[in-house]
Parts: sequence; structure tokens; C-alpha cells
Amino acid sequence: MTESTRPFPPGSYPVVVIGSGPGGIQVSYALRRNGIEHAVISEDPSPGGMFRRWPHFQRLLSWTKPHAPEPVGSRAYERYDWNSLLADEPQARALQPGLMDGTSYFPSRPEMEQNLGLFAERAGIAIRYGCRWTATRRIDDAEGGGFVVETTDGEYRAPVLVVAVGVAEPYSPPGIGMELTHHYAEVRPAESYAGHRVLMLGKQNSGFELANGLLPWACSIALVSPSPAKFSVQTNSLAGVRARYVQPYEDFVLGGGVAVLNAALDRIERTEGGDGSLTVHLRRTDNGNELAIEVDDVISATGFVSPLLDLPDIGCSISGRSRLPVISSWWESTTLPGVFFAGTIGQAAKGLVKHGVPANSGAVHGARYNSQVLARYMAETRFGKSMERPSVALADIVGVIASELADAPELWHQRAYLARVFTVDPSSGLVDDGVQPLTHFLDDGGPNAVGVTLEADGTGAIFPVLYTRIAGDIRERAMVAHPLLRYDGPDARGEILAIVREAIPDVPAD
Amino acid sequence: MRVMIDRDELIDAISGFGLFSDLSAPQLEAIIHIFDERMFAEGETIVHQGLSGSGFFVIVDGEARVEADGRELARLQRGDFFGEVAILIGVPAIADVIATRQMRCLVLPGPQLESFLISHPKVMYRMLQAQTRRLRAANRTGT
Repeated sequence: MTESTRPFPPGSYPVVVIGSGPGGIQVSYALRRNGIEHAVISEDPSPGGMFRRWPHFQRLLSWTKPHAPEPVGSRAYERYDWNSLLADEPQARALQPGLMDGTSYFPSRPEMEQNLGLFAERAGIAIRYGCRWTATRRIDDAEGGGFVVETTDGEYRAPVLVVAVGVAEPYSPPGIGMELTHHYAEVRPAESYAGHRVLMLGKQNSGFELANGLLPWACSIALVSPSPAKFSVQTNSLAGVRARYVQPYEDFVLGGGVAVLNAALDRIERTEGGDGSLTVHLRRTDNGNELAIEVDDVISATGFVSPLLDLPDIGCSISGRSRLPVISSWWESTTLPGVFFAGTIGQAAKGLVKHGVPANSGAVHGARYNSQVLARYMAETRFGKSMERPSVALADIVGVIASELADAPELWHQRAYLARVFTVDPSSGLVDDGVQPLTHFLDDGGPNAVGVTLEADGTGAIFPVLYTRIAGDIRERAMVAHPLLRYDGPDARGEILAIVREAIPDVPAD
Repeated sequence: MRVMIDRDELIDAISGFGLFSDLSAPQLEAIIHIFDERMFAEGETIVHQGLSGSGFFVIVDGEARVEADGRELARLQRGDFFGEVAILIGVPAIADVIATRQMRCLVLPGPQLESFLISHPKVMYRMLQAQTRRLRAANRTGT
């Protein structure tokens, strides 16, 4: 592409989106669907974001089922496909299953990269590649202010920014001897660890992924962090190490040569008289004892942070181990209004985290719906667009809710986080207010309404919860969990009717 | 405004809290891994009265007010904790907790509180002490 044909030259735009991973691509699509002009810039040479490099062992954690109970390409199918981006045009929908070779229902990294590239091409997402964000300035002027985004190509001005740069900057905590470690991002080919003693700092997915990949090569592996490892099959959620990386733990409990230790790092030093080996000094958190381990390699699987550049310096509060921005339910900085976040950074808006079960905003299958909701919100609040609020006949509401509980991928993937809201509008009757952050529905007040979502309570059950808003008061109404997760049958419809009538008494019998 | 504080600062901060005052340095380091760190904006409702499934919160920085049925019951500040009553007796949250200025909390999911307290009996004892003080104060004021 020549300079003259590269899209989005420096200048002024209503919105500037930064990033060309799944987050940037999906939010660009959603902004366009809502009629919001914008520029998309990225330092990368092609679409894909972190999937251009990782996961290190080239296989994703998120599945796509080529054969599912629902037809590929349907809305209901999205529940079974965690990796395709969302579009209305059939040629851009459900692209991932068509790119998989059948060896696994976890796509390979190249298959995911291809999926994202194909989506950008078929959905016509324009991106200015090779344009690196270098600095940000606030503008305070009579027209409402905004931002200057400095890049390697020049300056962009916009009243609104959408930052979708992922959570992909390697992070190692400070500590004595940490310079002797290498990060997950710098791990060498697996065969170079043949016969090595490897110590992994970190017991989350990235640590267990590496340990799993090194099982055929390393002669011993120790996984170390202060708190015990958590596993998704124990938390019954995506919190914790995923099932496919549990093998090193089984090796540990069967005495195969892997050690899983609860200990804090004291220091790392070169072993005296050792042949380049390292001694890792630990303080165990379970009994307070000191422990020294001699190893050949120490890998820091201590996570990633958001590369937010200078945004904190101009007022964007950040927090936590991942240095995520402090944001509202609508993914807007609470301290730097006008800066929104899309993609996996959106996990900073945690929602209720009921029963300790997080939303899936840190993965494509959650973040893609957040982008749709965000674009609609921006259209209404920043660009004065009036979004469609379809009327729902009172006689239809039970069936509409049952249908959503059966098919709505937003509710299945973003449990207790996104809700479809039906509001009794004083002028136009019952209307479908679309999908909203659940916390917004709970806290915003307004006329009588029902917010519909699905939830999990950490026991393995997944069940609908309907929140009624009656004269401003919120009530939580959980439905009975069905063993096959069917919520559109006669019993479920009876429950829905009873709950809906609390807020909307005129609803007729189903 | 850069409000990030690093791991060592966080450990220093919580080592001064009554709840964690009996823990060793490695145990304090484990605490900041076991708990999640969360920020709440001024005015944000952290716990919703009547809703199930909330967590256990320890305030690292900031302030909150406790409200039930629209009536203010208490103010909470750095070092205070909340959310444990509903978890311990298995009922929906008994009050709203609303941030009155930006708040940083450590958060433990409700289902993990029992195992956490059993594995940290000194924390359980400190929590019991705090609850006893609250009960005594409530008895004195008749609330």
C-alpha cells in the first residue's frame, strides 16, 4: 500500500481508535454500524494484535465448535464459537470454524490470526497500519475539548478516543535478581530447554501453559507464587488455570518431577561455583520456612499490563496488577472523560462479579459484545443519535424473554454483566431497551422495567436471573436451574410470567 | 492523577490494618495475590442491598457510606472491611455500600471466604474482635 492509499492520514476525526487486535477491529465495525465516523490506527503491520505472536505454544484457550447444536452463522451459534468477530453480513459471520483443521476445537494461533484478517477484509475494516501512538495531550477549548494523539505519522485530533491496545505488555515485578529471569514473552523454542531445570514465577494460565509445553523437554519444573493455584474446574468459571493446562499439576501430585510451591520470592542470584545456574531463594507462605532451589532458567510468568503509554500522566487513573484503567460501566475512564476502552482492557469494568464469577470481558467472546454496547452508548451520548427501541406487545414479552434466554449469546457469555432490558415507557408502552451493562440497569433508576440476564453461582449451575425495577426498587429473581440449560419450556415460561407481572401487572397469561 | 501503587506499597499499607496485623511478610504477600484489587469511582454502588453473591471487601484507600432502606447506618474508611455478614450467614446483602470518594479495595469472592478464614485463623480472630466491637457499639446505641 502506497502512502497515498493508506487510510486515515493525520488530522481531525470524530473518534480515533487505537489498536488492530480483535478489540480494535470489533469496535470499529460497531462504530460504523452506528454511523460514527472514526479513524483506526495501529503500530502493527497487519491485523491480529497479540494473536500475531501468542499464545507461545500456538494453541488458543478459547474454543470454537465447528459442529454445534445451532446452525453455523446463526446468532445462537455464537454461544459455541468464542473466536469469530460479530457482523451482520453473512459473509463476515462465524469465520473461525471454516478455518480450522479439525485437530482441536481450540483454534491454532495462525488460524485465529487468519480469522481476524479475514474478518477485517470481508467486513471492510480500514486500518492505518505502521502508525505508532507515541504520546497524548488533552485539548481544553471552547468546543468541548478533546485529545491530540501523537503518532509516528503525525498528529490526530479527536474529541473521543477508543483505546484497544490489549493487555499484552510483559510485566515482571521488581525484586532482587529479577534481571536474571526472562519473561513469558521472551521464552525460547521448547527444545532449547532440553534437560534444563526450570523455575516458573507465576501459577496462572501463562505459567501453566509454559510448564505444560516444557513437560517433554525440561528435566524438572517448579511453579512458584505466594498463593495456591486456582483451577477453572474448581471455581466453575474462567477464573483460574484452564483445564487443558492442568497436566503439570497432575505430574506434581503424582511425584513426576514438577513442584507446585506456595512461596514468595526473596531473591535470585547466580549459584556460587555453578555452571551458569541460578539459585532462587524463597520464603514459603504456607509454613514460613526458607527454601533455596538451584535451576538453569527462571521464567517470569507474572503477567501482562496494558500499554497505556502516557494516559496516566494526563489524568487516567489505573489500578491493579494489570495496570488497568479505572473505568465506568460504559468502559469510559472515570478520571479522564472522553477516553473509552475496548477489547480486553474492558475487563477493568468488572461489574458485580457475583459469587466470584467474573465476566468474560478479558476474552474475545465477552469483549466483542461489550464493543457493540459501547458503540451504541457512544452514538447516543456523544453523537446525539436516537437508537431504535422496538415496541414489545404485552402478550409477547414472555416469549421474547424465553427466546433470549435460549439464544442470546450476549447473555450466555457475559453472565451477570450484560442484561437485555425491557422498560415500560410512559409514552410508548413496553419497549426493548437493548443490551446494557447490568450495573447500569441496577443503579440508574427509571420507570418499571425488567433486566434479563443469566448467572452462575460457582456451583456449576447456570440459570436466568430477572431483575425487576418497581417504583425505583430493584428485586432479584433467580429462576430454577435446568439440568440441560433449557429456559424456553413451559415451566420456565411460567416462572418468567410470574416475575414479569411483578413489574408489569398487565401482562396476559402466556 | 496516577494512583497506582506497587506491590510493596500495598503490602505496607495492609500490614497496618487490624485485620491483617498478625500476618508475616510472606503471608501479607500471599494476601495481595489471593484477593483481587479493585477501584470504585465516587458514587459507585459496591454492594447492593437485597442482591445475592457479593464479595468480602477490605478498604485500602477511600471512604464509603453504608445505607439500608435509604437510611445511613455507618461510614467506612481505610482498614475497614464489609460484605462478610451476608456471606457468613448466607443471605442477600443487608445494606448498600456506596463509595463517597474514589476507593481502592481488596476483594475476596464470597465462596472463598470460609476457606480463607479457616486457613488464616488469626484473621478470623481479628474479624471476630471487630464484629464484637460493632455489636457492643450497636447495643450501646440501641440500633
